[in-house]
Amino acid sequence: MENTSKKEPKKAGLGQEIAGLVKTNIRDYMMYITLVIIMLFFTWKTNGGFIQARNISNLINQAGYVAVLAIGMTLILILKHIDLSVGYVAGFCGAVAAILMTQSGMNEWLAILIVLVIGLVIGVYQGLLVTRVGVPAFVTTLAGMFMFRGLLNLVLQKTGTIIVPNAGFNALSNGFIPDIPGVDLGFHLLTLLIGIIAVALTVFSQIKARKNKQKYNFQVTSTPVFVFGLVFVSVIIMAIIWVLASYSGIPWTAVIVGVVLLIYNYMLNKTRLGRYIYGIGGNDQAAELSGIDVKKVTLFAFCSMSFLAALAGILYTSRLQSATPTAGNGFELDAIASSYIGGTAVSGGIGKVTNTIIGALVIMSLTNGMNLMGVDISYQYIVKGIIFIIAVAFDVRTRSKAR
Amino acid sequence: MSDYILEMRNITKEFPGVKALDNVNFKVKRGEIHCLVGENGAGKSTLMKVLSGVYHYGTYSGDIVYNGDVQQFKSIADSEEKGIAIIYQELALIPELSIYENIYFGHEIMDGRSIDWNKTIVKATEVLKKVRLDVDPSMKIKNLGVGNQQLVEIAKALSKDVKLLILDEPTASLNEDDSKNLLKLIKELKEQGVTCIMISHKLREITAIADTITVLRDGATICSMDTSERTITEAEIIKHMVGREIDNIYPKREKKNIGDVCLEIKNWTVEDPVKGKEILHNVNLNVRKGEIVGLQGLMGAGRTEFALSVFGNPTGYKITSGEIILDGEKVSFNKPKDAIKKGVAYVSEDRKGNGLVLIQDIKYNVSVANLEELQEGIAINENEEINMANGYKDSINIKAPSIMQKVGNLSGGNQQKVQLAKWLFVKPKVLILDEPTRGIDVGAKYEIYSLMNKLVEQGMSIIMISSELPEVLGMSDRLYVMSSGTITGELSSEDADENKVMAMAINS
Repeated sequence: MENTSKKEPKKAGLGQEIAGLVKTNIRDYMMYITLVIIMLFFTWKTNGGFIQARNISNLINQAGYVAVLAIGMTLILILKHIDLSVGYVAGFCGAVAAILMTQSGMNEWLAILIVLVIGLVIGVYQGLLVTRVGVPAFVTTLAGMFMFRGLLNLVLQKTGTIIVPNAGFNALSNGFIPDIPGVDLGFHLLTLLIGIIAVALTVFSQIKARKNKQKYNFQVTSTPVFVFGLVFVSVIIMAIIWVLASYSGIPWTAVIVGVVLLIYNYMLNKTRLGRYIYGIGGNDQAAELSGIDVKKVTLFAFCSMSFLAALAGILYTSRLQSATPTAGNGFELDAIASSYIGGTAVSGGIGKVTNTIIGALVIMSLTNGMNLMGVDISYQYIVKGIIFIIAVAFDVRTRSKAR
Repeated sequence: MSDYILEMRNITKEFPGVKALDNVNFKVKRGEIHCLVGENGAGKSTLMKVLSGVYHYGTYSGDIVYNGDVQQFKSIADSEEKGIAIIYQELALIPELSIYENIYFGHEIMDGRSIDWNKTIVKATEVLKKVRLDVDPSMKIKNLGVGNQQLVEIAKALSKDVKLLILDEPTASLNEDDSKNLLKLIKELKEQGVTCIMISHKLREITAIADTITVLRDGATICSMDTSERTITEAEIIKHMVGREIDNIYPKREKKNIGDVCLEIKNWTVEDPVKGKEILHNVNLNVRKGEIVGLQGLMGAGRTEFALSVFGNPTGYKITSGEIILDGEKVSFNKPKDAIKKGVAYVSEDRKGNGLVLIQDIKYNVSVANLEELQEGIAINENEEINMANGYKDSINIKAPSIMQKVGNLSGGNQQKVQLAKWLFVKPKVLILDEPTRGIDVGAKYEIYSLMNKLVEQGMSIIMISSELPEVLGMSDRLYVMSSGTITGELSSEDADENKVMAMAINS
């Protein structure tokens, strides 16, 4: 019944191929289109203010902590769990970092290390509750939300907001990578070089992957479509790099998020652990009977989540250059929304951290743009909620059609 | 004479890229039992979905004539209103509700604005009598066996005053005893004037019960045979189904090469902590190298529970006594992973529920249980993985455009082959197959039997759990019969016959 002759090249025209691509990847394309529309809209409404180099750098610094949380949340959501505690875990961890640096006079790097360990411990505690005791993640982390909110208030009770004076710490979310010493070309040379290397690596790896697919006679996109895709991605990367290079260069936040993204993307796509996460999300019983230690993998996901929440707390504290009792309020909503807007399936088993980053950019562009426009915070929540529900509804519909 | 309750004329139904039904004609006489057979993917279920309104009017071409009128069903509710009821292979009952609540679910007996529960219970008791189910109607569905659940489904249909009852593989998950019961009931319903369309893979049942047999193949009607004119043999049906003759359903093994005892389980006693009762009592069983051992028994005899409790006990039963001896060495498995590492594999009876990850592709499912072997450094060697998966796709004939195909889109037989490929890649010493051919078509069954033979020839040991007597008798070198959690007999293939096995299976 099915056509199994592999060798025969598809004689479909270019137009047909593009139509087919749009049909199968409509979910991904919509996400990019939405992001572009949102960016264009705010650029128009702010008379170009939104797209200025200064604001783009700002946007990246603001989006950092949400992106980090959303990456961790993607794993949790693929596993069909949820973590509501991440906001206040981040807030609490950020406050602890501030206290360690100010009241104990600790070195900022040591303080960061300790806080990350605290994050891990919180993850172990919540993960064990979920996997060993069997309390549903929703309940475990809802309780965590209460507790860490209380702890955050408790540690800041005497002092109130703590101002962090450490320049190194504050640079994490306000500083930029240094330029190559001794050059002054009117733009950030190192940033430009990094951009060129990134483009070269992308092109190289894409060509390699395509060649590999061809070796096994798998279906690949036709050459013009492939080249167009490569050029498109390269242009986008270079455009962002150029904007950044013409200002102060790549922010440290972007470096941190980039490293986290690379590690998680590699882990999900290339390692056994990643396979197991998708397997458990797709069918946990089948995973268990295939010899996968479901509890261990789930525990790992919760540890990674709280670890990243601690990192997010550090980024947020560094961004504000202070720890406040309201830090962490609603972070979990932004993180969950980013992940779902990025195409993580509501029914679990499907999701990509690279797309989650796009989701985080959508959410943070909305925040940033509406702030620039001076939109009242109440309306901001309503707009975000609407965009969120449209994205998920669209996702659910396209998936049910595909089936 | 030829009073047709239903005529489906020139039905054509297309899905994107596939013509599932091509000009199908299907006529059912009033008051007959009409069996619809065909390989998986032949279009049986699609045809029934067209009839019941799942694929509503306008999505297909052709006419449905029911009771002399052309029908335009927009939904299942429309067809139900006309007295057509369909019972699917996967039962649609709510486990936490009682029998009577389930029977009248969706068409509650009302007293004004509220439900009249007393009347419901009285009425439910009446319909339950009709299906010869003698249980308390307030019992919860989850406490019934699959066979009785099936009867509740039929009772539900009867409560709606059904004229045409469609059963989709009603005996697929039933044991011999329950199956006989059900078939008897269908005959009784016929006498009461209910017309019945039954989809089935079990040819013996079909030849026993059918008045008319219609064979579908590749979305087209091949033939319609009237059993009152002459006797229809199983071989004849198979010939029409596959378009060729399979002279032997159970392939003979080239050479028997049975060695020493490979896996032995001694005094295996297991308790279900939830129900608080013993489900397996002092089970002793062994399998030799290169041997196929059958494990036969009625549904609920404890065969799957036995396999799972040995295979690392993922369901958390309490193993009160017993030991596992593998190649002369005492072992214990705390989780499935331990069992897999030692070379024991279990192919689940429920391939969709806990066998496969349906949203992932063939490659993923084949490699997932043995990624260690594909690992290079910290990453998985994807080239090797593709080669491996392609190798199995060719060698065990998984029919799919490529290994990138999602498993959820494959037919039952091909899904089962993917499951087998997954465990072959693990290269176990002992393979426990739980209902390996349930719900798959004759052609694919033959391929799976041949594969089993090839594996034991290479020295693997197979324990085959099956409810189908002919299959167990046809394939096993030796077989055990289980009843109510105990082994009630052990027979060599020469000694075994259906009567002996059934006698042991009923014995408790």
